[in-house]
Amino acid sequence: MALTRNQVEHVARLARLSLSEAEKETYTEQLSRILEHVESMNRLDTSNVPPTYQAVALQNVLRADQPHQSLDRDKLLAQAPDHEAGCVKVPKITEG
Amino acid sequence: MTVKYEPVIGLEVHVELSTATKVWCNCKNEFGAAPNTNCCPVCMALPGALPVLNARALEYTVKTGLALNCEIPHYAKFDRKNYFYPDNPSNYQISQLDLPLCVGGHVEITLADGTTKQIRIQRIQLETDAGKLLHAGDDVAEADSSLVDFNRAGVPLIEIVSEPDLRSAEEALAYLNKVRSIIKYCGVSDVKMEEGSMRCDVNISLRPVGTERYGTRAELKNVNSFSAAARGIEYEIKRQTAILEDGGEVEQETRSWRDAKGISVTLRSKEEAMDYRYFPEPDLPPVVLTAEEIDRVRASLPELPDSIMHRMMNEYGLSAYDASVIVAEKEFAEWFDRAVLLAGKANAKAVANWQTNELNRVMNARGLGPDQIPLSPEQVAGMLKLIEAGTISGKIAKTVFEKMIETGKDAATIVKEEGLTQVADEGELLKIALEIVAANPKVVEDWKSGKAGAAQWFVGQMMKATRGRANPQLATKLVTEALEQHAGQG
Repeated sequence: MALTRNQVEHVARLARLSLSEAEKETYTEQLSRILEHVESMNRLDTSNVPPTYQAVALQNVLRADQPHQSLDRDKLLAQAPDHEAGCVKVPKITEG
Repeated sequence: MTVKYEPVIGLEVHVELSTATKVWCNCKNEFGAAPNTNCCPVCMALPGALPVLNARALEYTVKTGLALNCEIPHYAKFDRKNYFYPDNPSNYQISQLDLPLCVGGHVEITLADGTTKQIRIQRIQLETDAGKLLHAGDDVAEADSSLVDFNRAGVPLIEIVSEPDLRSAEEALAYLNKVRSIIKYCGVSDVKMEEGSMRCDVNISLRPVGTERYGTRAELKNVNSFSAAARGIEYEIKRQTAILEDGGEVEQETRSWRDAKGISVTLRSKEEAMDYRYFPEPDLPPVVLTAEEIDRVRASLPELPDSIMHRMMNEYGLSAYDASVIVAEKEFAEWFDRAVLLAGKANAKAVANWQTNELNRVMNARGLGPDQIPLSPEQVAGMLKLIEAGTISGKIAKTVFEKMIETGKDAATIVKEEGLTQVADEGELLKIALEIVAANPKVVEDWKSGKAGAAQWFVGQMMKATRGRANPQLATKLVTEALEQHAGQG
């Protein structure tokens, strides 16, 4: 299954990636090859195989509802590009 | 021929669970803390941090599902919903796409005309709440920058999705109230819309009455109170009706409710609809529940409002209306039960009357919430005992009731201090009646000429003279006696 350049641009936009023309070319080709590989697995009859949602054979990993110490706020805010009044400061938001 | 349209409404109700900690980490789940003081590598989505499900959040979700008559599937999983927004540090929300914790429930709503209707619930999923954005200015689009408080990021959130079974703003309100009430009884959330612990999105479309096929729907977001939900629905019904009557077509879109202006505006068109690219959450193993585990949660359910309501109607003979007002709030039902326990079953109807009329009126006038009932069950029971014993009249009881709220004192103390005991001494009352009759010859003439209301006027004067303390039946009887005696003399 071949991907179109438009689809690559769309996926890049959703992931907030800025791609050069050359990268778009490369990824259109590489991603198409990955899809072809996945497509090849469709030749197998999997009608009796339950879907795999998880790659690790674990279930019900839970923890008790007990509070622990949170991060020091100054340390947390130091990770952010900008802050004000104890909050992370972000540029103008365009709704969406 | 004009076509009549009916609205088809479905609600997505979000409720924050009142666990001690967040859903994937041990940071406190706490409203009103200083900004960004309840954050850690997990809820801030720092690289390498791994989420672990809070056992109580799981229990509370299942409990809510059971209370709303849902099935609890034995296998549930989590999924990532991908989107970018500054209130969400991980750039995805952990949610549940196709295998949620609860499916296929229902609630019964009661409308103002007494009819009931079953509203189906499609699913309940457990997911992550986002942080809170603070804007300079009231609109996100107008602010040059925003501040983010991540204390709420990672708080356990359940989304309750109804089937499109609602047909009016009234039904939607009744549904919201019922869901809120049930959740509060379960003790899994404080469901305060004003603090954002309960929020809702509205899906609404119109179709010609009598047809089956759904029309194109609009989704209404930013509905921040029950009354805003009702206003938003009324507005959408008008907006969509106008489009259809003009021969136009309703666009499938997400709209934002602007409550201050009373309008909705386009947020995203169908073309701009979010592409969330859901995929199974690799950091969280699935949840597999046994029948025994589900039954254990079921056993922890409290008596729910529907059942309490029927008990109040059957056991105490309350009207459906009184019972529904009392059970709507857990605190009201507990108050009622305690007052009846103290005042005796025979006084149950009286308790309900005082609670749904006088007490309700005072609380509404003062804007008090259900956790701020200004009168104790002990106080009202004490007052009812005094009425029962004939110590005070029903009329005086109103004064006592108000004074109890004002002072916090019990009924007996107030009656003693204020000298409000009912006067039932015939000799004393007759003396007063004779005095009044003697002092008002003109009204006596009216009474003699058979003028309606003259006798009643004297009874009123009796009440005035005794500051309402005269036993009303006795006062009526003695006024007649006094008038006859007076006429005999004259």
